[in-house]
Amino acid sequence: MIKNTLVLISGVIFGIGLTLSSMTNPDKVIGFLDIFYSWDPSLGFVMAGAIIITSPILYFLTKKNSIILAEKISLPTIKNIDKPLIIGSLVFGIGWGMAGLCPGPSISSLAFLNFSSFAFVVSMFFGLFISKFIKL
Amino acid sequence: MIDVSNFTPLPSFLGGLLIGLGVIIFFISTGRLAGVSGISFNVISNNNRFTNILFLIGLIIGPVVYKFFISNNIPFLINNSYFIIIIGGLLVGLGTKIGSGCTSGHGVCGISLFSIRSILATILFIFSGIITVLIMQLSGLTV
Repeated sequence: MIKNTLVLISGVIFGIGLTLSSMTNPDKVIGFLDIFYSWDPSLGFVMAGAIIITSPILYFLTKKNSIILAEKISLPTIKNIDKPLIIGSLVFGIGWGMAGLCPGPSISSLAFLNFSSFAFVVSMFFGLFISKFIKL
Repeated sequence: MIDVSNFTPLPSFLGGLLIGLGVIIFFISTGRLAGVSGISFNVISNNNRFTNILFLIGLIIGPVVYKFFISNNIPFLINNSYFIIIIGGLLVGLGTKIGSGCTSGHGVCGISLFSIRSILATILFIFSGIITVLIMQLSGLTV
């Protein structure tokens, strides 16, 4: 119960962060990727802000198990660079540049009741689902 | 050239801090990293479905809380055709699953843990995003 409440709260805080930083605005995201015409570097500050707080605290939390509510810590186990990582990331970037939305902001933007973000999210879930049929 | 008129370093940085706080609370409660593509996939693959759905619901509540308590002004501008948006969504779903992460999973969580995989992934998706936006502008697909 406490855990699930905290998960919901973490989602709300994450969503407020995405909104405050304008990650939920596709026009803003495309401005960040538009380095040749009119570059808006703001989203670099989003990543910087997130990493500055996450990096030291996550480092501490992954070492000290005691203050974690979860029974176990699950971190990614793959360490080497492989073909799926490279191709998948490049494909993701293409979709990100086309729509100006990535997974977190697209889901938050459902709150705006805009048909475009709804269409994006449905299509994204379809992509997540059919990915298992693609073998690299 | 830099677009000074739309540059918002402070709100973006503060928003980033909140995103980081969300990642930390999610980690404390689940022991897992808050990568939104992974969480979304877990929702459709029945992995801790309820917990993951709660996080996604939280993501949707976030802008609502923002609207009522912080500011009524939330810019949302999407200019592209439905065709481009739907293909974009499909590629984001496919790419993030195949590449094991998105902006939050690789760009925030992975980089925070100094993962070489995540640093490379982030460079690659920003690179292909930049090239895509350039191609769309040169071909007149973006306004």
